Amino acid sequence: MTTTQSVMPYDEALERFEPVLGLETHVELGTESKMFCGCSTAFGAPPNTHVCPVCLALPGALPVANDKAIESTIRIGLALNCTIAEWCRFARKNYFYPDMPKNYQISQYDEPLCSNGYLDVEVNGETVRIEIERVHLEEDTGKSTHVGGATGRIHGADYSIVDYNRAGIPLVEIVTKPIPGTDRLAPEVARAYVTELREVMRTLGVSDVRMEEGSLRCDVNVSLMPRGSAEWGTRTETKNVNSLRSVERAVRGEIERQAAILADGGKIVQETRHFHEDTGATTSGRSKEEAQDYRYFPEPDLLPIAPSPEWIAELRGELPELPGARRKRLQAEWGVSELDMAAMHNAGAIDLVEATVEAGVPAADARKWWMGELARRANESGRALAELPITPGQIARVVELVSSGALNDKLARQVLEGVLAGEGSPDEVVEARGLRIVNDEGELSSIIDQVLSANADAADKVRAGKIAAAGALVGGVMKASRGKADAARARELILEKLGVSE
Amino acid sequence: MSLIRKTAAELGALIASGEVSAVEVAQAHLDRIAEVDPQINAFLHVAADSALAQARAVDERRAAGEPLGPLAGVPIAHKDVFTTKDMPTTAGSKILEGYRPPYDATVTARLREAGLVILGKTNLDEFAMGSSTENSAYGPTRNPWDLSRIPGGSSGGSSAAVAAYQAPLSTGTDTGGSIRQPAAVTGIVGMKPTYGGSSRYGLIAFASSLDTPGPFARNVLDAALLHEAFSGHDSMDSTSIHEPVPPVVEAARRADVAGLRVGVVKEFGGEGYQPGVLARFREAVDLLESLGAKVVEVSCPSFGYALPAYYLIAPSECSSNLARFDGMRYGLRVGDDGTRSAEEVMALTRAAGFGPEVKRRIMLGTYALSSGYYDAYYGSAQKVRTLIARDFEAAFHQVDVLVSPTTPTTAFPIGERADDPMAMYLADLCTIPANLSGNAAISVPCGLADEDGLPVGLQIMAPVLGDDRCYRVGAAVEKALEDRWGGPLLKEAPSL
Ligand SMILES: [Zn+2]
Repeated sequence: MTTTQSVMPYDEALERFEPVLGLETHVELGTESKMFCGCSTAFGAPPNTHVCPVCLALPGALPVANDKAIESTIRIGLALNCTIAEWCRFARKNYFYPDMPKNYQISQYDEPLCSNGYLDVEVNGETVRIEIERVHLEEDTGKSTHVGGATGRIHGADYSIVDYNRAGIPLVEIVTKPIPGTDRLAPEVARAYVTELREVMRTLGVSDVRMEEGSLRCDVNVSLMPRGSAEWGTRTETKNVNSLRSVERAVRGEIERQAAILADGGKIVQETRHFHEDTGATTSGRSKEEAQDYRYFPEPDLLPIAPSPEWIAELRGELPELPGARRKRLQAEWGVSELDMAAMHNAGAIDLVEATVEAGVPAADARKWWMGELARRANESGRALAELPITPGQIARVVELVSSGALNDKLARQVLEGVLAGEGSPDEVVEARGLRIVNDEGELSSIIDQVLSANADAADKVRAGKIAAAGALVGGVMKASRGKADAARARELILEKLGVSE
Repeated sequence: MSLIRKTAAELGALIASGEVSAVEVAQAHLDRIAEVDPQINAFLHVAADSALAQARAVDERRAAGEPLGPLAGVPIAHKDVFTTKDMPTTAGSKILEGYRPPYDATVTARLREAGLVILGKTNLDEFAMGSSTENSAYGPTRNPWDLSRIPGGSSGGSSAAVAAYQAPLSTGTDTGGSIRQPAAVTGIVGMKPTYGGSSRYGLIAFASSLDTPGPFARNVLDAALLHEAFSGHDSMDSTSIHEPVPPVVEAARRADVAGLRVGVVKEFGGEGYQPGVLARFREAVDLLESLGAKVVEVSCPSFGYALPAYYLIAPSECSSNLARFDGMRYGLRVGDDGTRSAEEVMALTRAAGFGPEVKRRIMLGTYALSSGYYDAYYGSAQKVRTLIARDFEAAFHQVDVLVSPTTPTTAFPIGERADDPMAMYLADLCTIPANLSGNAAISVPCGLADEDGLPVGLQIMAPVLGDDRCYRVGAAVEKALEDRWGGPLLKEAPSL
């Protein structure tokens, strides 16, 4: 295996070529039991403990389809605006591999349960419609671990061990139609699609969609065509892309790699490539010439799936509000721009802002705190917003203290800092740190007197009518009060003492 | 009369009344097996200890005053293609030599629930692929009528065991005739129920859309009792039907054909059929007429395509069903010496573990399903299947049952067709259509062919879920013929 491959810088590649994308996503459904037997689907059990004659493919065992998985697949199809088949069959996909107990996978071939849908995703504040080719139901394979050898792959390994706990877990495959016209945004579009798909799955409650545990896995197809050409190039399929960041990197990397080959007069080999999470590079896998003939045929051990129109209508009626629709609704309710909404979406702030608003905070304030001070702190500490140790309720209390005049923004920031540092609730932090605005007119007046005498030049300028110079005096008061003074009241008093008015 | 000559119904009644113990009955059959099976080779495994233990349990239940079913304590021979958790299960293949499944097939479990005493597992063509039991990895089974001849197949061990009085009942599976053809050539009764009427869970698959468990017995009523004992819906088999088991026992007791319309399949007869087979068949048809049935000739034009369609569909499904036998999880493993890849070990295991007929069918099926050939082969065969189902449907608008010879010839000599697969495949010519359409069909003895003195079977085919009609007509024929013969046909068999 060699990882040295020439690449063309991304910008240059995009000047010369246009990418066409395609994404195949596998989602493990979160059903209690496996697709064709009663075994548990729980993650992390000791190897080969969630197995039975059916999922081990012992002689004589037969599959029985999990109705809940069929229902979940139909719900996914409906959420992705697909047509649901009135009648379709499972099919056997035949190939030999030790992690496939039957040496065929029960899948669907030319009769997918759901087809012809779309998913709208937002990239840079713009909506991109991703067309969905099909959504079908199949079973997962076991998991092989190749021990020894340098690559962790089967070739060169000393021996391999297989865990069949995962064998037979229901897997939904969602395949897009080719996605042309993404231009320079191809990597971002790919990422945005997988992100949005993940949110749809979460909203539907059909999967925990944990990429790191493999419950959402992505294959990325990329081809390039010269600018101005109408004919799509040869595509490659990059497998094993198991994080959102990797989706973006895989698309970018494949564009750079293919561009270098094409610019050199070379040809792209139609093949599967393996993505390496550590380096971001891909290496060549199986080429089309070596591709297997899966000898698909309708699964004779299972009855066709024939969901009634009434049932589909019922499932459609029970769909929850989907993420895209929800964002549109919230955007209107909060009165923010597409871009602001996109920024909140990307920052993972929407749920937090919504909860803060529900706690009684005006939307603008909720957004200001989450996207300002808290986003900055999350960024500094390399955490997601939702991981900060502060709740929407606590933000609501801080905002309440500000609007009642008990805190100003500067003090409020200190309160947040205290909460984030684990010093307790906002009220406890205010108490412990003594963070209250100075409202006592006598104390404020004496602070002002000190500041005026210490800044005689500035005071003279104000007296002479340069009211702008008052800002420095207010600043001096805030500094002298360590931020606890009410800046607006201080300004009024300064002007009054200097005998000028605005 | 000795216990082994009694019918299952008689034995069940004797045991229930306490006149004989289940242990005595089991022991008598175990003794018979010990005496004759060295010549017959019907059994791959005899489970004497567990059989006696099961029999004792039945006797204890009786002693405790528990009500017993009609077959409680009756011995049975079980085709070695059903999983049994207390006995090896080989499917007649070297690839499963010594394999002990951790679970019982649904049919096995229901036999146990009915109190049937499983004597052991019977020989079969490897993975039920064959018509002679010569394809077993464990040697051929011999026909009790003539030890130089085949007992039919694939359920040849089960047919021979019943014909040789080693068991009053046995189980079989019928994919293209594997119950009816062995029943016909050994002079006993064999029934293929409606597809989905008996569970396939734990039946080691040959061709999933065709495989059907069914009973063997020496008379129609016994077959019906066994049919009823193990049939009916099973939630572990998605293709199992929900409808109640047709009233087969009642039909077997009724045994009359007055007013029934009987169709003779025009396409089955003529060239390739043994004259003695056709003569007995025509007599059976005349007999039906004399019993009050209305006989007409019915044409089923697509039946001529059944054999080629079957030899595309069954191998296609088997090429996939048998993929799991790869040495990775159970059974034989060859070449795992630390130097070979998993792929090589799989290939060596399968090369060593499967016999020539199994390999031939896996290759046929793999080819038929290949990209570019699928439509021409598998696709066309499925269309033929639809046409055959339509032929049956049209026929059953005119008649209540269809009849034909079960198989074109009597039992052929061992070795005669071993090197001629096409000749072997012709043995299932008349039985395959009912498998392709899922219909019920039975074979009952209708006499001995003049030229060789060997048994001939009458096939009675009924609509899907019309299993009771097979028993009703079969029992009527049996009754009339036994009156004529002065007893069952089997009493003509040379004693071993
Ligand atoms: Zn399982």
